[in-house]
Amino acid sequence: MATTAEGFQAHHDDDAHAEHTPSFFARWFMSTNHKDIGTLYLIFAIIAGIVGGGISGIMRAELAEPGIQYLYWWAGASEGDLAAAGHMWNVFITAHGLIMVFFMVMPAMIGGFGNWFVPLMIGAPDMAFPRMNNVSFWLTVVGFLSLLFSMFVPGGGGLGAGVGWTVYAPLSTTGSVGPAVDFAIFSLHLAGAGSILGATNFITTIFNMRAPGMTLHKMPLFVWSVLVTAFLLLLALPVLAAAITMLLTDRNFGTTFFDPAGGGDPVLYQHLFWFFGHPEVYIMILPGFGMISQIVATFSRKPVFGYLGMAYAMVAIGVVGFIVWAHHMYTVGLDVNTKMYFTAATMVIAVPTGVKIFSWIATMWGGSLEFKSPMVWSLGFIFLFTVGGVTGVVLANGGIDDNLHDTYYVVAHFHYVLSMGAVFSMFAGFYYWFPKMSGRMHSELLSHIHFWLFFIGVNVVFFPQHFLGMQGMPRRYPDYSEAYAFWHEISTLGYWITALSLIPFFVNIGYALFAGRKPGNNPWGEGATTLEWTLSSPPPFHQFETLPVIEDHHDYHNHMPAGAQPAE
Amino acid sequence: MGHTFGYLKVTIIALCAAVAAVIAPAAMAQEEAPAAEVVEEVAEAAPNSAYAPMAPTADKGMPTAFEDGALKSMTFQDQYTDTGAYALGMHNYVLMPVITFISLFVLGLLLYVIVRYSRRANPVPSRTTHNTAIEVFWTILPVLILVVIAIPSITLLARQYETPPEDAITVKAIGYQWYWGYEYPDHGGFEVISNMKKRENLMEGEPFQLAVDNRMVVQADTPIRMQTTGADVIHSFAIPSLWFKQDAIPGRLNEKLIDGIPEGVYYGNCTELCGTLHGYMPVTIEALPRDKFEAWVLEQGGELPGEVVAEAPASEGEADTAEPAEVALAD
Repeated sequence: MATTAEGFQAHHDDDAHAEHTPSFFARWFMSTNHKDIGTLYLIFAIIAGIVGGGISGIMRAELAEPGIQYLYWWAGASEGDLAAAGHMWNVFITAHGLIMVFFMVMPAMIGGFGNWFVPLMIGAPDMAFPRMNNVSFWLTVVGFLSLLFSMFVPGGGGLGAGVGWTVYAPLSTTGSVGPAVDFAIFSLHLAGAGSILGATNFITTIFNMRAPGMTLHKMPLFVWSVLVTAFLLLLALPVLAAAITMLLTDRNFGTTFFDPAGGGDPVLYQHLFWFFGHPEVYIMILPGFGMISQIVATFSRKPVFGYLGMAYAMVAIGVVGFIVWAHHMYTVGLDVNTKMYFTAATMVIAVPTGVKIFSWIATMWGGSLEFKSPMVWSLGFIFLFTVGGVTGVVLANGGIDDNLHDTYYVVAHFHYVLSMGAVFSMFAGFYYWFPKMSGRMHSELLSHIHFWLFFIGVNVVFFPQHFLGMQGMPRRYPDYSEAYAFWHEISTLGYWITALSLIPFFVNIGYALFAGRKPGNNPWGEGATTLEWTLSSPPPFHQFETLPVIEDHHDYHNHMPAGAQPAE
Repeated sequence: MGHTFGYLKVTIIALCAAVAAVIAPAAMAQEEAPAAEVVEEVAEAAPNSAYAPMAPTADKGMPTAFEDGALKSMTFQDQYTDTGAYALGMHNYVLMPVITFISLFVLGLLLYVIVRYSRRANPVPSRTTHNTAIEVFWTILPVLILVVIAIPSITLLARQYETPPEDAITVKAIGYQWYWGYEYPDHGGFEVISNMKKRENLMEGEPFQLAVDNRMVVQADTPIRMQTTGADVIHSFAIPSLWFKQDAIPGRLNEKLIDGIPEGVYYGNCTELCGTLHGYMPVTIEALPRDKFEAWVLEQGGELPGEVVAEAPASEGEADTAEPAEVALAD
């Protein structure tokens, strides 16, 4: 283990106990350490993911066959009380969407992996504002609690907010009486504030705390992806905050921003929401792009192909992501020129996305591929994200969308890019960095079993949903005409396979923590060339007390000190 | 059927409307309104006008079950408007081949590199990181593909946004929590209230959760000026087999053309989350030949456009026939 990386490390391993780590409460509840906060975010995201995933289980069970089977029970209503069942359903779809977007994907991607690895990869001792980092995390937690609380207070048709994750007015204003929607909105305020603080923290860290010699064009692509994501957050979230604040005042203080009776317009809310909402979908996938780039390069033992193209493709996606929002609103009655513009602008996004897909393949081309767990998840990502991307090109056409808008085709599309795109990249990143974060190796066998079960499961869930959508099955329906029964049944079957796949995942974590072997600094071999692999696993409580220096001979791919390539 | 409004004067229309408003939202049934007797009398008074809902045709204007056609259950419903047929053609002959090819192409490349460049097959990796030519190529090629897609896409939009012709029939769909109202502004402005049918009231071949008690009846093969608005929250008026979807938004009147549709029954849904019974406010359109449509209009208490101007005496005459009915009711 005698690597020359020692120069980059604050302390030798045997000095670690001299570091005065804080007491348990101070360490985990008053944390200012980016790695501890990253760990908290990851644990939080896993818990939120279990809640959100459990709710999707309830929904898939209900949809397995026509008729209402379980919703009466969940609503505590008598058999035949369709209104109570319908409200319960709306609460479930709302909670599932909000939890997965704001409390699972975002905390895991940005809060978890971003916090952990941005400082390590740029050679910084910590984030720029460690205390604010802690505030961001706890705001997210109380936001989640506010959302959960909303499910137990009246929201119109019953307990909870049943307005969808989009919270469209006037259903969310005059259409939902009671405090549930207020608490759901407040939950977004809290989580949004946390994310804005986090975004400023990342931007400051990346711009000011890079190791000497690490120019922007020598930065790892994961850091690029978080930088672009942070800008999207910073520009998009205040618009959401404004929109939902107007919802609150419409609800409680007699304003009429979205009420035509007072001169307002419900469609204004949709414009504001999607001006945030579309960048939001890139916020959820861009860090995934960054992780996939790191992983593909590592396991191909080859630098990323077309580094500058990859970095600026993400910038381009971020910029164009702000001028395509109305493709979520093709049916509200836009005029024909507006619709033509948004059709054309939306299709443009396929170009930088295509550049990324082809560059990943070109990175592997000529490489020496090793199919470790992070790599198989990345390969799964590339294919499934492509499938989700091409259905996006179909939906981009305003005229075609007239028949697909708000159907299961849309549900299938965004689950292919999120619950396969984003989630596959998160599992890839998790297996890639778990040995670094925990100091223990996971089982490759279990992670491969996890991959195959999950891969089969999510495809069985979501591929048939394209068929349902084209046949006209609308979203957000608790029940349906008998003709849709077959594909719904298949889709639910897929859910159980997906749920089953999480058993090897959790067993694997348990196995690794209790019995996993120690990975050393770099378990992935010569392809892993970013700075986190120069540190011990887990890294010391405070790293880089002596800053690493990026020399002229280093490029964007290789940040290892001269002669530091571990033989492994 | 349900609470049809007799061809009567304002007082009676108001009475029926009140009955409809009370009964319709609560019970998705076809309870006969008190005015039904009057309707019977009017129907007798005006022969050939008796309207009976048309039986739907299997697989036409409704989703297909897997058991009734595996392939049909995996794609779009058959289209019954010219614009719908154009859109379906664009999907089937432009978009589907392109996206299938791209997906399989990427899959093929992945499988190739997995086999060809595995550690065993290729132990020493190359160090290639740039190739400007290929990078330009894979940027330009998608642009060209998108241009090829954009041409029919823009054409389709232009067709969908054609202004309805003068003689188009206007129907105004009003979304309520949780049923639809269909107003006929060109035909005297009567409104039909349309609720989902209970299972026990379905007629032969009608799909549950898509069938309604009072359909939106239109004239076949005639352009429709389709207007939508919302009375409380946002709803969306969608008919998959006509390639039509338009939101019904409070404070707005959206309008779009549905070009002529053949005789038949077409099913659809509300497709914008509108509260607890969002899943239970389907849309059913019935297209009838002109004479039957006009008879239906009269039966609903409407009047035929142009008649008042061109055939004033006839219109008056018909008003006369309604007179006794009113008296009858008054008695």
